[in-house]
Parts: sequence; C-alpha cells; structure tokens
Amino acid sequence: MHRRRFLQYSAATAALCAAPRVAIGQSPGAPGFIDTNVYLGRWPFRRLPLDAAGRLAESLRAQGITEAWAGSFDALLHRDLDAVNTELADTCKAHPLFHPIGAINPKLPGWRETLRKCHETFDMHGVRLHPNYHGYTLDDPDFTALLAEARKRKLLVQIAVRMEDTRTQHPKVAVPDVDPAPLLASLADLPGARVQLLNALRTVSNALLLQRLGKFDVHFEIAMLESIEGVRRFLDRTPGTKLAFGSYAPFFYPESATLKLRESILSEDELSALQFKNATALLPT
Amino acid sequence: MIWDLHCHLTRALRGETPAEKAAHLIEVGDRHGIERFCVYMGIEWKRDPDPDNFPKQNDDILAAVEAHPDRLFGFVYLNPKHTRKSLDELNRCVRDGPMVGVKLWVAHKCAAPELDPIVERAATLRVPIFQHTWIKTTGNYPGESTPMDLAVLARRYPEVPLICGHTGGNWELAIPAIRDHPNVSIGLGGFDPTAGVTEFAARALGADRILWGSDAPGRSFASQLSKVVGADVPETDKEKILGGNLKKLLTPILKNKGMEV
Repeated sequence: MHRRRFLQYSAATAALCAAPRVAIGQSPGAPGFIDTNVYLGRWPFRRLPLDAAGRLAESLRAQGITEAWAGSFDALLHRDLDAVNTELADTCKAHPLFHPIGAINPKLPGWRETLRKCHETFDMHGVRLHPNYHGYTLDDPDFTALLAEARKRKLLVQIAVRMEDTRTQHPKVAVPDVDPAPLLASLADLPGARVQLLNALRTVSNALLLQRLGKFDVHFEIAMLESIEGVRRFLDRTPGTKLAFGSYAPFFYPESATLKLRESILSEDELSALQFKNATALLPT
Repeated sequence: MIWDLHCHLTRALRGETPAEKAAHLIEVGDRHGIERFCVYMGIEWKRDPDPDNFPKQNDDILAAVEAHPDRLFGFVYLNPKHTRKSLDELNRCVRDGPMVGVKLWVAHKCAAPELDPIVERAATLRVPIFQHTWIKTTGNYPGESTPMDLAVLARRYPEVPLICGHTGGNWELAIPAIRDHPNVSIGLGGFDPTAGVTEFAARALGADRILWGSDAPGRSFASQLSKVVGADVPETDKEKILGGNLKKLLTPILKNKGMEV
C-alpha cells in the first residue's frame, strides 16, 4: 500500500515535470522550457552530485528543460576568465542543452576584451557577474561602465545576488549578499540595459524595491524564492515584475524549482511566462 | 506516504485563526500528497518565551489539532529555562492532551542540565524531542544549540529519541557530530535544498535516521521535498525518509493514545 502510494507520488512528480512540455507543446518550432540559472564546473567547496555536464543535462531534460543558460562556478575565484569562458563554451558545444553565459569581472584589467570575446568569439547572449566574490558593489563606476558596454552590444547582464546562504559559507570565504538597490540609479542613466538578478528572492524581500527595479528591464528567477506557494505570493505581491524559471542546479536539486510550479496555482499565461516567455524576452532582438 | 515533521502556523498562511491557517497548510500540502503535518509553536513566536507565553502558543496548536485531528500532529513547545511550567505543559498537552512530541527552540542550549527533567518526562511519555539546531558561520543566537550540543544530551540519554532540527544547517559538520548517537535522527527541513545532503546523510547515518520535514510556511514544500525526490538514493530509502521513519518514531505515543497507526 505504502509502496504504491509512493510510486503514485513519484509518477505525479514526473507528470508535473512533463506537464509544461505538454502545456506549451513540443511540435517543431514550439518554444521550450528555459532554465535561466544553471552552473557548470566545480563548486569550490564540495563535490555536487550533478557537477558533470552530461549528468546535469540528463537530469534537467528529465525535468522537461529544453534549454539551460549556464555560467561557470570557476568564475567565482579564477582570475583568468578568458580561460574559464573558453572551457564553458567548449562544454556547452559538447552538450547543446546548455547555452554559455560568460563571466566578466569589471575590476580585472582587460575586461572589455573578455566581454568582446564573449560576444563575438563565443556568440554568447549574456554575461554573468558575481560582484560579491569579485569585490565591488553596484554603484561602482566600473560596473556602470560594464553595464553600458553590455547595453551597446545588446547583451543580457545576469547578476548573482548570492551563491550560498551566508549562514553556511566557509568561514574563510564569508561573502555578503549583493545589494541591488544601486541599480536604480545606474539603470536610470542607461535605458534599455537588460538585467536579470539571480538567486535574489530569498534576500531581497522589499516589495517596493522589487517593483521599482521591475519598472526598468530588470528580471528575476525563482531558484531561491521560498515560502509556501512562493510563486503565487510573489506574483500577487509584486504585480508586473518579470519572473523567469531558474533552478540553480547543480547547487540545488533541480526538482526544487519544478515542484514550485506545482505548489502554486498559476494561469496558463503565468505558467508560459515562467517557462519560456519571460526568458525569451531577455534574448537580444 | 508523506508525513511532514516540521510545520508552523505563522502569518504566511491565509486565515486568522489556527484552524484556518492549518486549513491553508493542508490545502497546499495536498498538492504534493502530504498526508500528515507535525505543527508546533503559535502564530506569533518568541525566542525566549516567558511562562505565560509558551502555553498560549501551545493553545494555538491545540486549536488547530482539534480542528484537523486526522491531518495534524501537535508537538508541545517548551522553554527549559522554566522547568516547572514546561513540565506542566508536557502534562497538559501530551499526557492529558492530544500532542505527540516536544519542540525545543533557541531559548536555552540543549546540553544544559535544566533539560534533564524535561527529557526524563518526555521519555516516560514516549515522545520524541525535536531540537532546533544550527551551526551558523554568521554566529548563533546565545541560546541556540548546535548539533554538538545535541550530541552531549544524546550521550546522557541514549534511549530517548532526539531529532537534530535543520540538520544543523551546515550539514557536513552536523551529521558527523551526531553520527555516533543512534538515538539521534536528523530533520531535513528548513534550509536550502543543497544537492547532496540526503546522499551524504544516507551514507553516514543510514536512511533510517533521516526524517523529512519542510519548515513550511516559511519554506516551500517544493524546495524541501526536492531533497528527497531529487536524491540519488534507493526508492525504498525515499519511502522511509518521506514518512516511514516518522511513523515508526511516533508509533509508541500514537498507540498509547489509542490512535490508529
């Protein structure tokens, strides 16, 4: 009896993961299910069960994901980001589910050339920043310069607000969360700049700030969105904000994000916005 | 069968009364197939509640359990700094009432001798003790226990079932700290769904000592369920972790109360 009920649950979970594909259709040319927050490479502080690209791709596909935007964990501490981005691009070529998102550190000399390579050599549609690991805040002029350059190239700028709960960090690498509030001033001067905040919604809970950011081209994703019916509550509390799907796999179990879609009652429009429409809006036109 | 070890009735839930809030918890839990919910502490919390406060919090739980007796299990919330009142509450809510477990939070470290009368009474009543634990890089509250503190208590009372709440947050440190105390299980709820935790725990402790819980409504059921659904452990272990182990742990008190197991 218990076994059967558990299997029913497992089947229901599988059905959940399959449901989005059914809902949005998988006919040729139909849009897919986009995960905007994935990492490749090695997390510096422990091995993760899915930190091999092949296994991660397999797991994400099992969740119904058809496209995953991948940054590199190596970007946190490495200084040669050209090498990091080259390896990331090569891995993504070998595993086409992944689309590489290059790493830039505007405090490093030569970042403009690294950005150029991301865009022109690797044909990346965005870059991912880790300001807390690279030692700058979002009112830093170097960050604003990067944002301006990315805007000129029509590149998406993803900013990782946190990589790990500050309570569980290695004591020798205790890194504060990124404060997104200074973005308001930068974006006022750079209309059209496209930004997505990753792993932001556990720490940035100020609804007013979220709505003000949302008035610019600032997007969010659900990986660290918590509380019961978290997606429904977020959409109700901050209407008009642009929310995409993100799992933060392999640091998190990928099922965490897909099960969140099951936990909240969502309209068909809301679901398709989460699954691909809002992510698609982040791509260069 | 999914039984949730770790739930609350706080403001994040819809409704005004404990019964209404519990109804919302159950409604959302049903979407995941969760059958039973262990609930503790009131709608409003205090880290170091005085002897007038924690009985009121327990009243909230009693009201919720009365409204949903087939879905909720209540754990009595105690403050070991107030031993006499804590023992009275144990009698009122567990011996003479419907509650089936003890919840200890952050008022007093669990290695302290003030815990002893509470643990001994809980043992007599055959109820498990859920102890909140964390190892915070950013620093614990003054009375907040670590898994190492729980290991000290476990050494004093090797026959009493203890639960290491939140798996200590920093689970790579917590699990080895309680590994040598077979009476200590871990509660998987209330921390980020960091991949590998369940596999690590299953290797170190065995699946029989892992209890699934959510810490809803502060956490989503979704993120917390993923720790089991997404783990690379055998399906039979998942069944135990999601509910079988908790049912086994509560069986003595449920039988004592004549509840159907």
